[in-house]
This record gives sequence, C-alpha cells and structure tokens, in this order.
Amino acid sequence: MTKAGTTLAAAQAPAPVVRLPRRRGIELALIVLAVLLSVYGYCAVGLARTGTVPPGAAGYGAGLGVLALAAHLAVRLRAPYADPLPLPIGVLLNGIGLVLIYRLDLETPGDRAAPAQLVWSTLGAGLFIVVVLVLRDHRVLQRYAYVCVAAALGLLALPILFPAVNGARIWIRLAGFSIQPGEFAKVLLAVFYAAYLAANRNALAYTGRRLWRLQFPTGRVLGPIVTIWLLSVGVLVLERDLGTSLLFFGLFVVLLYVATGRTGWIAVGLLLAVLGAWAVGRFEPHVGGRIEDWLHPFHTIDAGIGPNQLSQSLFAFAAGGVLGTGLGLGHSVLIGFAVKSDFILATAGEELGLAGLAAIVLLYALLVERGFRAGLALREPFGRLLAVGLAALLALQVFVIAGGVSGLIPLTGMAMPFLAQGGSSVVTNWAIVALLIRVSDSARSQYDGREAP
Amino acid sequence: MARYIRHACGFCALLLAALLVNAARVQVVESGVYDGNPANRRATIARYGQPRGDILVGDEPVTGSTDTGEQLRYERAYKDGPLYAPVTGFSSQRYGTTFLEHAGDGVLSGTDPMLSVLPLWNDLTRRPSRAGNVVTTLNRAAQEAAYRGLAGRKGAVAAIEPATGRILALVSSPSYDPGQLSGNGEAVTSAWERLNHDPEKPMLNRAVRQTYPPGSTFKVVTAAAALDAGVVTDLDERTDSPDPYRLPGTVTRLTNEADGCRDTSLRDAFEWSCNTVFAKLGVDVGARDMVGTAQAFGFNDAGLRIPFAVAPSTFDPHLDRAQLALSSIGQYNTRATPLQMAMVAAAVANGGQLRSPYLVERTTRHSGETVAGSGMHPVRQVMNPSTATRLKELMTDVVREGTGTRAAIPGALVGGKTGTAQHGVGNSGVPYAWFVSWAQADGTLEPRVAVAVVVEDASADRGEISGGGDAAPIARDVMRAVLGL
Repeated sequence: MTKAGTTLAAAQAPAPVVRLPRRRGIELALIVLAVLLSVYGYCAVGLARTGTVPPGAAGYGAGLGVLALAAHLAVRLRAPYADPLPLPIGVLLNGIGLVLIYRLDLETPGDRAAPAQLVWSTLGAGLFIVVVLVLRDHRVLQRYAYVCVAAALGLLALPILFPAVNGARIWIRLAGFSIQPGEFAKVLLAVFYAAYLAANRNALAYTGRRLWRLQFPTGRVLGPIVTIWLLSVGVLVLERDLGTSLLFFGLFVVLLYVATGRTGWIAVGLLLAVLGAWAVGRFEPHVGGRIEDWLHPFHTIDAGIGPNQLSQSLFAFAAGGVLGTGLGLGHSVLIGFAVKSDFILATAGEELGLAGLAAIVLLYALLVERGFRAGLALREPFGRLLAVGLAALLALQVFVIAGGVSGLIPLTGMAMPFLAQGGSSVVTNWAIVALLIRVSDSARSQYDGREAP
Repeated sequence: MARYIRHACGFCALLLAALLVNAARVQVVESGVYDGNPANRRATIARYGQPRGDILVGDEPVTGSTDTGEQLRYERAYKDGPLYAPVTGFSSQRYGTTFLEHAGDGVLSGTDPMLSVLPLWNDLTRRPSRAGNVVTTLNRAAQEAAYRGLAGRKGAVAAIEPATGRILALVSSPSYDPGQLSGNGEAVTSAWERLNHDPEKPMLNRAVRQTYPPGSTFKVVTAAAALDAGVVTDLDERTDSPDPYRLPGTVTRLTNEADGCRDTSLRDAFEWSCNTVFAKLGVDVGARDMVGTAQAFGFNDAGLRIPFAVAPSTFDPHLDRAQLALSSIGQYNTRATPLQMAMVAAAVANGGQLRSPYLVERTTRHSGETVAGSGMHPVRQVMNPSTATRLKELMTDVVREGTGTRAAIPGALVGGKTGTAQHGVGNSGVPYAWFVSWAQADGTLEPRVAVAVVVEDASADRGEISGGGDAAPIARDVMRAVLGL
C-alpha cells in the first residue's frame, strides 16, 4: 500500500474508520493459560517425585502470575496494538524453564538453581516492563547505534579480564553472581546492524565494483560494519565462545541479505562459515574435540572412558521416546554439570518426549514468526531490520544449541532462550521480547483508523 | 525488502524443522540403539528403582530391600545372611548376582514377562511389573540345625526329602553375610576384596560347588553295585576277601582301621567299614557296572541344576584294577559334593528311586499368585528295589551298632554310613569326616529326610577324626529338626 493509495481511498469516500482489534483480552487469556500450564508442570514434578503437590506450588504460580500480569498491564498501557502472542510465549517458556530447573534441583540438593533463576526472571520481566514503558518508539534506538556498538564491544571484551570457566572465558563474576556479558551484546549488536544497514542499504546494494555476480560495495560503506563484525568475532574466538561468534556471523549475513537482497552475500557467508569452521576445528583442540564428539558421539565409550555429555544427552532424548517419561521421572541428570544450562533441552526431550519437544520448538517458531511478521508489517527499514534481526537471533540460537545437544550439528555451549539456567540469558531474552512487542505495536498501530493491510 | 524477509523467515523455519526431524530420528528411529547402549545407565537405574522381590523360606522372607534414596535406589538386605548365603547367594549392585539371586533374577527384579498380568498394558504404560518372590523348599529348622552343628568349622551339609527331591537344607561353613556386597560404595569394594582373599573362602559354596573324596560313604554305592550285579547275594555270607588286600597288579597293600575284616560278610564289612572287602568288591563287580551304578546315582553329571549349577561329582570311567579298587572305597579320583552324597542316601531311602533335587518350590507374583511351580523333576531307578531294601538294612545296622551310633534318634529309624576320607599328597592332609544318612519317624511309611555332612577340619588331632564322631551328630540334629522329634 502506498501513500497515493491512501489519498485515493480518502478521496473516494469519507474514510470508514476501521479500528483494528487490539486483542489484549486474548493476550490475557493466553497468559493465564501459560501460568496454569507452568503450575501444572510444577505440581506434576512434585506428584511424580513425592506423591504430593510441592509446597511452593501456590507461591510459584503467584510469582509467575504477578510478573506476567505486570508485563501485560505495561503492554496494555503503552503498546496496546502489540502482537498478543510474544508475551504469553515468553511467560510459558520461562515457566517451563523454571519447572525443568526446579525438577533438576531435586537431583542436586546441594546446588539449587531455581531460586536464582526466579530472581533473574523477575529482573527480566522488570526490564521488559521498563522497555515497554520507557521506549515509546523503537526508532529512537537508531540514534544510539554507535553507543550500542561501543557498549557491545566493551561487554564482549570485559570477560577477558576474568578467569576462564569450563574452558570458555565468557563469564564475569561479581559478588557471587556470574554474568555473561555476551548475552547483552547480542541485542546491542542487532540494534547496531539494523541501524547501520538501514542507513546504508542503498550504498551497499548499488555502489562499488561488480565482481563476478557480486556487487562489492565501496570500502567506505562496507568497512565499518565488517570491522565491527571482525572485532566481535575476534574477541569471541579469543574467549573461545564459538557458539556466540557463529550466532553473530549468522545474524550479520541474514541482515545483510535482507537489507541488500543480494543472494551472493549468503553464498559468501556460507563459504566463509565453512572455511572458518574448518580452520577453527583444525587448529583449536577444544573445537576439534567437539567435532569429534559430533561425528562419533560414543567414541569415549568405545575408549572405555565412559559416556561424555553429548552421548548422555542422546541417551536422554532416546529415553523420552514419543511421549516422554513424564515430568520428574527421567534421568537426564546423568548428563552432568551442564544439565541445567546448555543441556536443559535434553531434560525436556526425556520427560516430555518428542511431543513435548515439538511443542517447545513450535513455541519458538511461533515467536520467531511473529518477529518476522512485525518486520513485514513495518514501513521503515530500521524497524524491519531490527525485527528481523531479533527474530533471526532467536531462531539461530535455538537451532545452534538444540541442534548441538541433539547431535544435529557440533555442540557449542549456549543457552536455550528462556529455558536454560542463566541470568544474563533470561534478562536478554525478555529484552528481545520487549523490543518485539514494541515493533509489533508500531507495525499495527500505524494502520489504526485506516484500512488494515 | 519484504521478499527477502520472507526468504529469511523461510530459512529460519527450515532450521527449526530440521531440529524436529533430527529429534524424531533420535527419539523414535534410533532410540532402541541408544537405549540398548551398555553405557546408558537407565536400565540399571530402572532395575534398582523398585524393591527387589524376596526369597522365602517357609512363609518367611530371608531377604529384604533397603531404600537408600540414591540413584540406584533399592539395595538388597538379608536376614540371617550367613545362614542362607549358600542358597540366596548375593545380589550386588557392583558385583552382580549369584545362586538363587541369579537363577531367579527375572522374577526378583521384576523383568520376567510372566509377572505382568496384562503385558500389553504394561508395555503401553512403560511401568515395570512389581517384583515377584521365589519360594524355596528349605526347612528353616533343618537349615539352622546344620549351621549350628558346623559351628563355624569348615564343612557343608545337604539335606533332601527322598520322595520328592526337595532340598531341605543347604549349608556351607564358614559363611559370610551377602548384605555386605549389596550396594556400590567403598565398603562393598573392601568387603569384596576381603572375602575374596580370605583363606577360609567364606564365599565358596561347599555344599554344591566343592567336591571332596567321599571316602567310606561311597561304600553305599559300591554295595549297591555289588548287590545289583549279583556279586553278593546274601548279606551274611562270607566274602572271599584277604586282609591286607594287595591292590591288583601292584605291591601296595590296603589295610583297615578295624580288625576282623578278613573274609567277613557284607553286613559286617559295611558296619565296620572294611576297606579291603569293598576294594575287592569293586574289582569283582568290574569297572563297567561300577561306573554305571555311580552314574545312576548322579556321578559324572555336569548338567545338574537346582536351579543353579552343581559342580559335577566324578567317578573316573577309565581305571585300571588297582585304581578301581581305590575308587570303590571313595578314594583315588572319586570326588563328590555333599549334595551328591545326600542324593546317594536319598536314593537308598526312596526304594532305589532318585528324584532330581531342587531348591525352588515355586515363584509367585507380588500378590502371592503362583507364576511357575517347581515343574517336573525326573525320577531315575538307580538300583533294584530289593537292593535298596537290603542297603537300608545295612545302613540301619551302622547306626544301631556300628560306626554311626551317634546318629541314632529315639522314635525314628535311622540309617547311615560314616566316612573318613584321606586326601592331600601322600594322604598328609587332615582327613575329611563324612556322614550320610536318612531317617524315618516311627509309624510313618517312608523316610522323610536324607542328609550328607562333611567336616573338613574335624578336630585338630588326626587320630580322632571320624565321620561317626564329628559328622554324625550334625546329621542327627538336622534329621531331628525335619522329623520334629
């Protein structure tokens, strides 16, 4: 639809005021459903393990419910046209994550992660509310693109000053809390990429020299963004966080493609990714081991060392079968130390089965799709690229970590959005959902009072 | 731009779809392979996830299960562990299972498909059947009497109900508590090390897994062969036997512990355990008939299971005449388990018919319904019924006025045979004291119990070792326990 079309329609007849349905009631109903499902899961764990409803069930439900309601009220107040799906999906995934972590806590009484996760979820929901209330228009972010990128690089570089944990230098520990700054950097980089590409997309697409079938933009245009990308990936390689560097690379390629429409970028991206993966796998023993694990998940068993985390994860998925063992009745704790974080999906796979896993993946898919939809509905390139970037970020992250723990691709340590234990991750993902709410509100409110697209 | 957004969206959809396809591969198509991987602990966890079924003596369980709350949740517990160890064996999370714990493992662990009332329903719900129980044939009083009688000395007792083959007692001493091996902790490892390195070999099941030279108790077999073959027709007729007896083809002279064995009758020779008479009888019967009779009693049978395997007792079929003479008095290569010698006594007591011995009366579901009975236990005619009658007479004489008087029980007819088996290089070892016997309460129609007792280190003084002195009182106590006298 174009400006001319609108004028034409207005000229033909007194414009019939079509008010878009806001669907806040649907959102509320879905939130209630999400909270009830989570409480049900919480009770199911208790019933399976001790035969009684866990004493914290009411508190858990109330806590989750209050957070979700507060978020819902913020949306009602400041983003009334927003898509009604992202918030309930976030609540449900966060709720399932809390149930799974609580369930795994029962196996490791000395190491309880659920209370901290609840605190982080509260902080995440708080950040969601702040973003929805304070950020009246997402286009404001465009102005802060360079602040964002500076902050992102700073956050990425910060952990270099701190000691490595489990082979990766991606955490900082402060006063008993460990924070993974790379998580926050994701959103900031997505904002920067979107802003920069939105401003320079024509130059990127149409200037510079043509080489074979690829239009190479001038260095002046391509230079800064490639530099930023190389910097971030370089830092991550130093920190041995290859999952996140893969994520940033994928995000970069997807946004470049969407901004310029040049398929060649995808070809170049894939080529570079394969080359990079080969080089890193060849020369970096940590990654080489991961690739070996992926190709031969049982090589440690054959060598008599016993199953590694990946084979334990595969055992867990297999034990779940189609319908799962039921919440609380699996043995995914055998996976070991990362069972509540990187491998949380294996617990879902074992106890909820293929059916439950499919439901969870579809929840992510729906969230991603709502992001792309908001991007499609928006008119201006920054909002479009931002929505696409956030959605792609979610999809890529889910693919990389879920594919890793289920043996589809080599394993890279990363948090399953909302499900996995990890404060930085939960807070970041709530921020992503807040931004999606914001852009979808803009997308749909622009049609209010006019003809729906 | 919209077109490219759609493409990107499609790409993301493809990634997530790939995840689901892969999940279906792992969870459905290849799940069997992963489930069956020996490194996958889930099967083990499931195995110990419910209390193990019990092994019952009479109506009382002699086992139990302890909830440890650990990953391998239930551990085996034993009541009177050392007393029943040769029957139950152990069930260890670390070292596996033995004896009835092993033979009945399907029922006890709940994996036996016969346990589920609705197999399809259980497959669907994936809920394991409740573990079943194994009911033994043991007689608690007899078992306790035997264990008490051995009083920690090295040895073993086996008791059988002659008419059925039910094993009433199976004791090995010194014993151990199988409960020490139940779990998988540090204590279990050290107990295992200690028990395996103990020179007393407490984990050796002497009743069924150890063979001994049967010594003079084997004369029951030789007498049966001689009577069946017609070499002796009258118990009281003088035999043509020198004293000492020169082993055929050698210069070795065989002597007797007792006097008056020259040319004595079979009755007296049996009563006073004359080596010379029985060595010559074996030679007169001939290798073929001796081997035939021994094998009819169960020697050289490597296939006996009660339901766990019993070490084969041996009577060498390839013998020269000197070896045959020695073998016929239970020396040379002749070896027997205590259970085998109890079978010899039982065959005599049961009119020459040998019932294959068994230890499991039935297996039941948790609710008590029978899953499987003891089944058909084959019967074999070992000797002519008349031979059995005459052997009973000979054995009764031994207890009434011969070497086995200490086995006599007021109110019962008891038959027995003593044995003192030489062993070791040049017979240097402390001899084994044997006693085999059967008992029939007055006023009943047939013997209720047949017993074999072996005591390995019967008293320190070599000269005083005898089956009659050391082993007979133990046998008497076991028989009294069974008869209730």
